[in-house]
Amino acid sequence: MPELTLDGRPLLVAPGTTVAAALLLGGDGTSRTSVSGQRRAPVCGMGICQECRVTIDGQRRLACQTLCRDGMRVESRP
Amino acid sequence: MKVDILIIGAGPAGMAAALAAAPSGARIAVLDDNPAAGGQIWRDGPQAHLPPLARDYRQRLEAQANIEHLPATRVVALAGPKALLVEDPEQGRVIEYDRLILCTGARELLLPFPGWTLPGVTGAGGLQALIKGGMPVAGERIVIAGSGPLLLASAATARDNGATVLNIAEQAPWSKVAGFAAQLPRWPHKLLQSFGLFHPGYRANSHVFEALGEGRLEAVRLNIGGQLREVACERLACGFGLIPNLQLGQALGCHIDNGAIAVDAWQATSLADHYAAGESTGFGGSEKALVEGAIAGHAAVGERNAAQRLWPQRQRWHGFATALNAAFALRDEVKHLARPDTLICRCEDVPLAAVADHQGWSQAKMASRCGMGACQGRICGGAAQALFGWQPPVPRPPFSPARIDTLLQLGADAHSQA
Repeated sequence: MPELTLDGRPLLVAPGTTVAAALLLGGDGTSRTSVSGQRRAPVCGMGICQECRVTIDGQRRLACQTLCRDGMRVESRP
Repeated sequence: MKVDILIIGAGPAGMAAALAAAPSGARIAVLDDNPAAGGQIWRDGPQAHLPPLARDYRQRLEAQANIEHLPATRVVALAGPKALLVEDPEQGRVIEYDRLILCTGARELLLPFPGWTLPGVTGAGGLQALIKGGMPVAGERIVIAGSGPLLLASAATARDNGATVLNIAEQAPWSKVAGFAAQLPRWPHKLLQSFGLFHPGYRANSHVFEALGEGRLEAVRLNIGGQLREVACERLACGFGLIPNLQLGQALGCHIDNGAIAVDAWQATSLADHYAAGESTGFGGSEKALVEGAIAGHAAVGERNAAQRLWPQRQRWHGFATALNAAFALRDEVKHLARPDTLICRCEDVPLAAVADHQGWSQAKMASRCGMGACQGRICGGAAQALFGWQPPVPRPPFSPARIDTLLQLGADAHSQA
């Protein structure tokens, strides 16, 4: 089972789990802060809306299109 | 990298195209943005249950030595004649091709309503995709709204994973829904599917009015047959049907007709050596996508007899698509849910008031930044088309956010093409 770090906290998830799912398994489900300061969460679930973009190992990636991997570092807050 | 046939999209259409073309011995690459093949309908994950047909297609795709599947890969730009710049999590690169088959699928039509940006509000297909990917919903109270059979499928997935689905609000009137259901015996397989999807909370002539909550969704106000009703819930899944993904077809210069990539009987687009199949040629479901993909695959390798043998089957599923699209046509009410302060563009936080008075999409975009954010107008552009009838312009590269390293792969020659 992959173990990742979500906003500094360790989280163990089932194999094949998306980072979008991990956001709710290990937190409040939100992914980013909008340009006017609102928290947002994944919406389309299929790589279109870009609401779920988070920082994964230093890169901006879509949480819904990325599978959790061992040692991955995910940050959802600036 | 150079291939004989490049297929964009590994959903049912893309997989069927690759498998139909493979026996010719052609070198084939299938690229797809998702982590696994199967598209959205056959999306895999820890809470997904793939049907045997999906497993069969995936196994056959993996078994073919001349088919290379490139997951988690997006098209970023055109890179010259018959060449595309693509990016995966590790690298950006140019893929050259001799023939291209566009199987870019469809996305959900998300229409703005007050509160639609609250965490807890997703698309209807969006909820299904997120649950399949492992998002826990056990014990949650969920309201599903919008239009089309996807609402029932999404409700079934939520229920199977321990959620309580309180209401399903379908905007189409009962007469249309019943008329569609009455035609289902023409496609027995679809009729059987629908039996498993019945839900006592299903209401036609009903739609979302607003989503309520402080910082996250706490309740939904629904219009159920003309009566407003407030329902406390943790989640709202709302989608108004599916719209074809046209961006790449448009950028390549393929003729677009009636909101879909135009194709002939061989699934060939207006551009030589460029084919299209599945939802990008018009929304109609996975059976239509499978047969169109197979026709495109056969045609792309010159096997016209094999392609032609599938025409009657395609005809049958086009009939289903026509019935589906007629039944779930959008009513005017759902196009007027947003208020002046409701955000239209979720990327740039642009309210309805800032865009509604403009003449068209380009003018609204220049004045308000609507559509200039990360999704490149895929959400608000689709909404603006439904709300105001604005046609989306030909997209400019990069088609989706890309790394500088990837863009540097475009040489001086290729850059002038892009």
